[in-house]
Amino acid sequence: MSFGALHGLGGLAGGLLVGFLAAGLDRILTARLQSRIGPPLLQPVYDVVKLLGKEALIVNAWQAFCACTTLLTAALAWLLFVLQSDLLLVFFVQAVGAVFLVVGALASGSPYSHIGAHRELLQMLAYEPLLVLVFIGMYLETGSFRLEVLFAWPRPLLWRMPFLFLVLAFALGIKMRKSPFDLSACHHAHQELVRGVLTDYSGPLLALTEIAHAFEVALMLGFFTLFWPGWGVGRFLLPVAVWAFVIGVDNATARSNWRWMLGTAWGLGLGLAIVNLVWIGQG
Amino acid sequence: MRALRRFIDRMRAKSPWLLHFDCGSCNGCDIEILACLTPLYDVERFGIVHLGNPLHADLLLTSGTVNPRNRKVLANLYAQMPAPKVVVAVGACGLSGGVFRDAYNVVGGIDRVIPVDVYVPGCPPRPEAIIDGVVLGLQKLAGGGRGGR
Repeated sequence: MSFGALHGLGGLAGGLLVGFLAAGLDRILTARLQSRIGPPLLQPVYDVVKLLGKEALIVNAWQAFCACTTLLTAALAWLLFVLQSDLLLVFFVQAVGAVFLVVGALASGSPYSHIGAHRELLQMLAYEPLLVLVFIGMYLETGSFRLEVLFAWPRPLLWRMPFLFLVLAFALGIKMRKSPFDLSACHHAHQELVRGVLTDYSGPLLALTEIAHAFEVALMLGFFTLFWPGWGVGRFLLPVAVWAFVIGVDNATARSNWRWMLGTAWGLGLGLAIVNLVWIGQG
Repeated sequence: MRALRRFIDRMRAKSPWLLHFDCGSCNGCDIEILACLTPLYDVERFGIVHLGNPLHADLLLTSGTVNPRNRKVLANLYAQMPAPKVVVAVGACGLSGGVFRDAYNVVGGIDRVIPVDVYVPGCPPRPEAIIDGVVLGLQKLAGGGRGGR
């Protein structure tokens, strides 16, 4: 087996590990903040294995196709990131995965699934422009969308793009579906929308979307590693700090409505991003 | 293959997702069921999540008497749960109809409509008893549960 294939397989395993550990630590941290003990660290893995072993109640063939595509594209986006491809390519591949989750939810007849799908679309509408602007900021600063250039960039991008860093943290909260942005579905088993966009995915199909979400979270955390060179601070401290911040906000706030989310994402988020882009452009 | 099946069975017992349906109870049992989620009892220790979606649930926790109106809902919820699944009936009314069993609008206990695996008696049962019943249900789930593998 060539080095590239080994690198890719190792990267996929690492992405799963990061995604599931983030979910497990989230559940423990949230439980501790509510003075509970919380589940074991590997609880998300137990959940996924159990779901894979359950009876497949498939609503229709489209939904099954969409669940598989969501997983494939999420894994592909992470793989392209690990193999240091192009940042814009990574962005568009992950966007395809996010869209197919929504298409699958719309393929069923359940009204809860439909409301969840519409809200997921609004969430995508909120975070995707933010992500693009962060990547454009990186291009303006380094002159390249190639991840190999960005990973090897010698100076910390954080000092040049502090506002874009905040904007990316904003996008992370929306993408992870954490309060106040847990509109389309919530990992803490709130029941207003049954399970939102995930309502009609069940058994093995739900397991596929959960694995896809692990890759998505790993990818989003991976974007933060670009802000600082080297392993210690950049690859570990920065993503962990941002993740802890998002979980803290999740526990401190209630669910907002979609108007507020779009208003803050586009008003505050785009505003901060453009100020930072002008600053980079000035010099 | 057998090792894989045993592995999945072990994971089933570690990750029971729970659907709670109040069939027509006085809410006494339901308050005790929800008390299990509070910091004092914290059933999330066992990986138990309290869901509102039968399509994701492994364990149906029901309380209260069955009447002609809600028996269809109960049967529908049970049918929507993917196998393997386990049903736990909670409280005197859920077990047999309780003091209401002779009322004109009462069909009886949960087991008149769907098969019940674990009976938790009490009026209402203490949260400890409900957790014991759920853990007993988990053992059945690890042994295959209802509806085949």
